[in-house]
Amino acid sequence: MPTTVTAERTVTEMSSTIAHPNTAGHTHGESAGAKSRPYGLIAEFDTPGALMHAAERVKSEGFRYWDACTPFPVHGLDKAMGIKRTILPVIVFFAGAGGTTAAFVLQAFTNSTNWSTHAPDWLPMLDVTGYPFLISGKPLLSLPAFIPVMFELTILFAALTTVFGMFLMNGLPQLYHPLFASRRFARVTNDRFFIVVEARDPKFLRGKTEAFLKSLNPIAVEAIDE
Amino acid sequence: MTSLPANTRIVDNTSEQPGDRAPLVLNMERFGQVTTTVCRVNEMKGAPLAWYVAFAASLGLLGLLGFCVLYLIFTGVGVWGLNNPVMWAFDITNFVFWVGIGHAGTLISAILFLFRQKWRTGINRFAEAMTIFAVICAGLFPGIHVGRVWFAYWLFPIPNQMEMWPQFRSPLLWDVFAVSTYFTVSLLFWYTGLVPDLATLRDRAKGRIQQIGYGLFALGWRGSNRHWHRYERAYLILAALSTPLVLSVHSVVSFDFATSQLPGWHTTIFPPYFVAGAIFSGFAMVVTLAVPAREMFGLKDIITLRHLDNMNKIILVTGTMVGYAYSMEFFIAWYSGAMYEKFAFLNRAFGQYWWAYLLMVSCNVITPQLFWFKAIRTSIPLMFVLSLVVNIGMWFERYVIIVSSLANDFLPSSWDKYVPTWVDVGTMLGAFGLFFTLFLLFCRFLPMIAMAEVKAIMPAADPHAGAHADHGHGGKDGH
Repeated sequence: MPTTVTAERTVTEMSSTIAHPNTAGHTHGESAGAKSRPYGLIAEFDTPGALMHAAERVKSEGFRYWDACTPFPVHGLDKAMGIKRTILPVIVFFAGAGGTTAAFVLQAFTNSTNWSTHAPDWLPMLDVTGYPFLISGKPLLSLPAFIPVMFELTILFAALTTVFGMFLMNGLPQLYHPLFASRRFARVTNDRFFIVVEARDPKFLRGKTEAFLKSLNPIAVEAIDE
Repeated sequence: MTSLPANTRIVDNTSEQPGDRAPLVLNMERFGQVTTTVCRVNEMKGAPLAWYVAFAASLGLLGLLGFCVLYLIFTGVGVWGLNNPVMWAFDITNFVFWVGIGHAGTLISAILFLFRQKWRTGINRFAEAMTIFAVICAGLFPGIHVGRVWFAYWLFPIPNQMEMWPQFRSPLLWDVFAVSTYFTVSLLFWYTGLVPDLATLRDRAKGRIQQIGYGLFALGWRGSNRHWHRYERAYLILAALSTPLVLSVHSVVSFDFATSQLPGWHTTIFPPYFVAGAIFSGFAMVVTLAVPAREMFGLKDIITLRHLDNMNKIILVTGTMVGYAYSMEFFIAWYSGAMYEKFAFLNRAFGQYWWAYLLMVSCNVITPQLFWFKAIRTSIPLMFVLSLVVNIGMWFERYVIIVSSLANDFLPSSWDKYVPTWVDVGTMLGAFGLFFTLFLLFCRFLPMIAMAEVKAIMPAADPHAGAHADHGHGGKDGH
């Protein structure tokens, strides 16, 4: 296994804020003094298999604020990390239903009624009146004729909710993140796999956690500052 | 590790042994190789000479489009060859043609995704880009053919001081909703797929402008698996939404014709027939674009011969479906016993536009049958020529349907002949300029291949592959 060899080598490359790896039992906290607060530790792996193995260990160790970062979704990693299924589909369903309703109301109001709404003066756009007109003897309120637009708006609302909902639930856009400070971490969008354990995790003890991450056979372990 | 002898490059991966999947990414085993191959296109100092030549030609045509459109707006629709029975001709032909081209992109990104067709990953990004640019071209034509272009916003239900609303019981308005929804959803789908790859470009960028530009659009993506989890759900939902959407779009386009009373338009076969034709022409356009692009940018190991072979098979299938629709239209015209219907179809094949009909049948039904032969399906020059033939044939299909039906309707006294003017022809060619300008800019500045998706289908992406197969999960490979 080449990975263990490189792990030894990269100890010296590690950020200066890390205590020496062999001083186990080093307690949580403010070793570096003037330096900024620690964000956490990252461990680098070079195959999805190694990462998966590591993720299972981190999970069983009982960490809460940790993550695995990968260049592409790794099959089975969600399960290995114990990620709860997202409720995004439920939100999308209601957004889609909202689209169907909105389309029906829009069409029925504008084409089938002559109702007026009277909005306050500061909302002139809402002061609207329906415009029913007879064409080719078609009924004014004609559900079959309204179905295509109802379908399209269902899809439109659902798709917009899917994309915006997904990014917002992920906390994106977030143009700055402590991890971006690491040159090593830049390879996460290329070909490397990372385990990130955050310092705010109750079980995080720098020396101990670092020793634990090293025991997972990573290529390297690096400390990240906030 | 490697089983490949040195200097052996796999080129043909079109044959597959039972139980042994043919590789979809050739001559690469490491993820980094995919990144380098794809990003090289965006990172090289200057584009290949062919790119500059193509870009100059496209810009020229784009200029022609701008000129023709401005000339039309400042003069009036009289500059087109339209006349009283033929009030739709090149404009709507181009509209239907371009909307149709878009359909292949969505089919590849959504329908093939739902069917777990892993080969789609090599071609989906630029096929989706093609969709978006094609829909932009399509959207231009209804906008400019309304005559008084400054009233084009009447298409949308915008509250206004006239207290008027669009007519929702008209298929033309359904079209507005279908095409604008299609554009929006395609753009969202494309952008969602782009985010992780933009992050790759951001992390590799050397220059400040690239770092900021790619960085902004990458939204701060950092590959977190908690993000990937929602991302994959969202991607699946988008695919599930796009699948009925793409089938609905060309169906709604066909309603523009099918709900009218005009013989030759008033047929129930139109929705499925239009969708099949759209996918047919769209795949032909994907081949037309993929063949030079993989050559120009060195992407032959990712857009492999197998991808092209598969696309040619789809062209063969959909071309045959289109051929079936052509013959079924004739059968129904005879079987219905409707005099006008019978006349419309005889007139289509033997009337004043017989040459266009002949061109359409030979390009769309007869020539694609050559794809039954593997030698032709896997020959780069032949497939390129055939894809162009299909593009031409499908343009003429819309021309034949629209113009021949309008020119000779119920009453012989109202018949006329449509002849395009130079403005018609210029606008049609100009739309190709717009399309190729956008496409070439895309190739240069955005990742043409969905890198994250391609990496995920490589054998090395399987967490149970190789050295770690022994840690207890080796038998649970669920995909």
